[in-house]
Amino acid sequence: MKRAAFSQPLMPVALLMPQLIIIAVFFYWPAWEAVYSSFFLQDPFGFGASYVGADNYTRLARSTEYGKVAGFTLFFTLVVTFLSLGIALLLAVKADKVIRGAKTYRTLLMWVYAVAPPVAGFLGSLLFNQNIGPITDLFAFFGYDLQIGLNYNDTAFAMITVSVWKQIPVNFIFLLSGLQSIPVSVREAALIDNQSGVRRFWDITFPLLAPTAFFLLIINITYALFDTFGIIDIMVKGNPASNPITLVYKVYTDGFRGNDLGGSSAQSVVLMVLVLLLTIMQFRMLERRIHYT
Amino acid sequence: MRPLRLGKHIMKTTSVIFAGAVSAVLAGPAFAQTEIEWWHAMGGSLGETVNKIAADFNASQSDYTITPVFKGSYEETLTAGIAAFRAGEQPNVLQVFDAGAATVIGAQGATVAVQDLLTDNGVPFDIQDYISGVRYFYADSDGKMIGMPFNSSSPIMYYNVEALNAAGVTPPVTWEEFQETTAPALVEAGYIPLSQSHMPWIFTENFFSRHNLPFATGNNGYDSASVTINMDAPEIRDHFAAFKGWIDNGYAGFWGAGWDDNATPFEQGEVAIWLGSSGSFGGLQQTAEFPFSATYLPYWEAITTEPTQTFIGGAALFAMSGHSDAENKATAEFFRYLTSPEVQYMWHQETGYVPITEAAYELAKSDGHYDRFPAAEVGIQQLSLPAGDWTRGYRMGFYVQIRDVMNREYQRYLTGETSLDDAFTAIKSEADELLARFAQTQG
Repeated sequence: MKRAAFSQPLMPVALLMPQLIIIAVFFYWPAWEAVYSSFFLQDPFGFGASYVGADNYTRLARSTEYGKVAGFTLFFTLVVTFLSLGIALLLAVKADKVIRGAKTYRTLLMWVYAVAPPVAGFLGSLLFNQNIGPITDLFAFFGYDLQIGLNYNDTAFAMITVSVWKQIPVNFIFLLSGLQSIPVSVREAALIDNQSGVRRFWDITFPLLAPTAFFLLIINITYALFDTFGIIDIMVKGNPASNPITLVYKVYTDGFRGNDLGGSSAQSVVLMVLVLLLTIMQFRMLERRIHYT
Repeated sequence: MRPLRLGKHIMKTTSVIFAGAVSAVLAGPAFAQTEIEWWHAMGGSLGETVNKIAADFNASQSDYTITPVFKGSYEETLTAGIAAFRAGEQPNVLQVFDAGAATVIGAQGATVAVQDLLTDNGVPFDIQDYISGVRYFYADSDGKMIGMPFNSSSPIMYYNVEALNAAGVTPPVTWEEFQETTAPALVEAGYIPLSQSHMPWIFTENFFSRHNLPFATGNNGYDSASVTINMDAPEIRDHFAAFKGWIDNGYAGFWGAGWDDNATPFEQGEVAIWLGSSGSFGGLQQTAEFPFSATYLPYWEAITTEPTQTFIGGAALFAMSGHSDAENKATAEFFRYLTSPEVQYMWHQETGYVPITEAAYELAKSDGHYDRFPAAEVGIQQLSLPAGDWTRGYRMGFYVQIRDVMNREYQRYLTGETSLDDAFTAIKSEADELLARFAQTQG
């Protein structure tokens, strides 16, 4: 069999060019700059840079503070991903069953999707405000003194709550359309075989949802790692003190607040490698077990 | 700019008129006026006052136009200025805050010393015209002024007059008086006695200057970039141990590192005494619904019986290098306008920031401003208290990060996450490491 080929060899290259240029300008070039400057210690104004070898990396390895931030980032990512997927799945399954007024429910559930992360963070910081926040008042009613910005665990709780709330609608939209694309015949056949709704969900519905769920898993991990920046920034009011922050936020505080470009570049390289490993792992380990129809 | 030239064959009437109008618009102002840009960090009502100063300057003469651009917080403005400098797009005037002073002054060649800028452009300059507290903070080790002090403030003690009357006490002069007399009486009267809004600034930097203690080696960092911070001084540790004790027994409230979180309880009348900025005066007049006044920051009698002046806080204006002589002349003229007594007095009245020259201070006095608002004078009076060997200021690199470390460890200590020893050991070692790194960038 003859391989299909373009008569003009330059044509495919030309067609790919716009995308390649965009990737080169917005990813390869900055990524290279980050790797390069992570081996230097720079004067903020750019008057001089001295080569320090791997010093910026060994500093990170030695820093207990960096370890703490990494630990929180791991915890935060797992919890936010699990909760926002889990709650969205529950809502989607229930919304899928609603017959009357289905559109209204769905629209209401998707609404939050339109809120930008910094706005979500701002809403959160008002709701959880120590002096005037209604949620703080609610907790006080039950006898708990919620201290966002002061107590580490309370702040982490507020950040996770707002981040999960913000992400549920995206997951909900995808999971709902995933559910609705499961053929009715399959569901009916399952119904004849088994009366238990829970069994049917785990044996039939969930495996058929898996491609959607896998896609969402990646999206959610990326969201928790990176997109929550705006929420965190607003909630710690640009002044983290002893509050929990994620690795991305630390890149920002050291690089953009502290003007330590070398140290901050090293951190962003570490982050880049982590994400690379994570993606490889996800596709290697998970994709094998998922069957696309 | 050269006038537009068009070929005769396309010269229809309309295009002639159009071209004429365009060249008049484009060429007119460019010939007549020098345009300069000013990046600042003054949001809200402060930003409106900045815009007013710029508009008034533009209206006061026809040779120069200054355009103020709001760039966000102090940190964001400094970062934006640095990024612009690296790209060769720097503004003529950049506002840099106290904690960023070492970064911008350390980068020789990034700025033109304001003292040189003024004298080279025929604007009279005498450092003695400036009030003593602001004179040398933004100067180099030889005493040459590098940055023009702009919005200058100092931490002072505000108090709720009704609360103190109810408790039957007077504003505490010393911390001993506070913990033995003032605080118990205020608790009795149903108030939280104390809160403060900025631990690195009020309880650290100005703790050192108020008690005339050295804050860093190398003349508080002015003489060299290779310095270490004196965060192992027993006095500062004792102060924080006392503060923790006050929080634990209800003598003080603590709501974290956020400025407003600690100011709001005072504005709501729950807290009787609040340590804030002299620049908070204007805002408090609008928000506080009770009579309030202000006085000097208390001191520990156990440390000194002769308390000294505090450091200047706030920010300064730096003239960025790499601009034409004509633009530098415009910047110098703007600084001349800005430091005139009338403009300084207007700025002082509108915002509560202190006037930076003796002449402006005299004008405010003779105009009766302090008869109407006695609390407005506290900041400048405190900055004019006797000076000491260690009250001129401090100069430390990567200081924004050092402040972040202080905030982090103080908060850990005050919320019981860590011990006093561990907190101060961490601050000392992380700060010294940052200072060493900064010295390396300057090497």
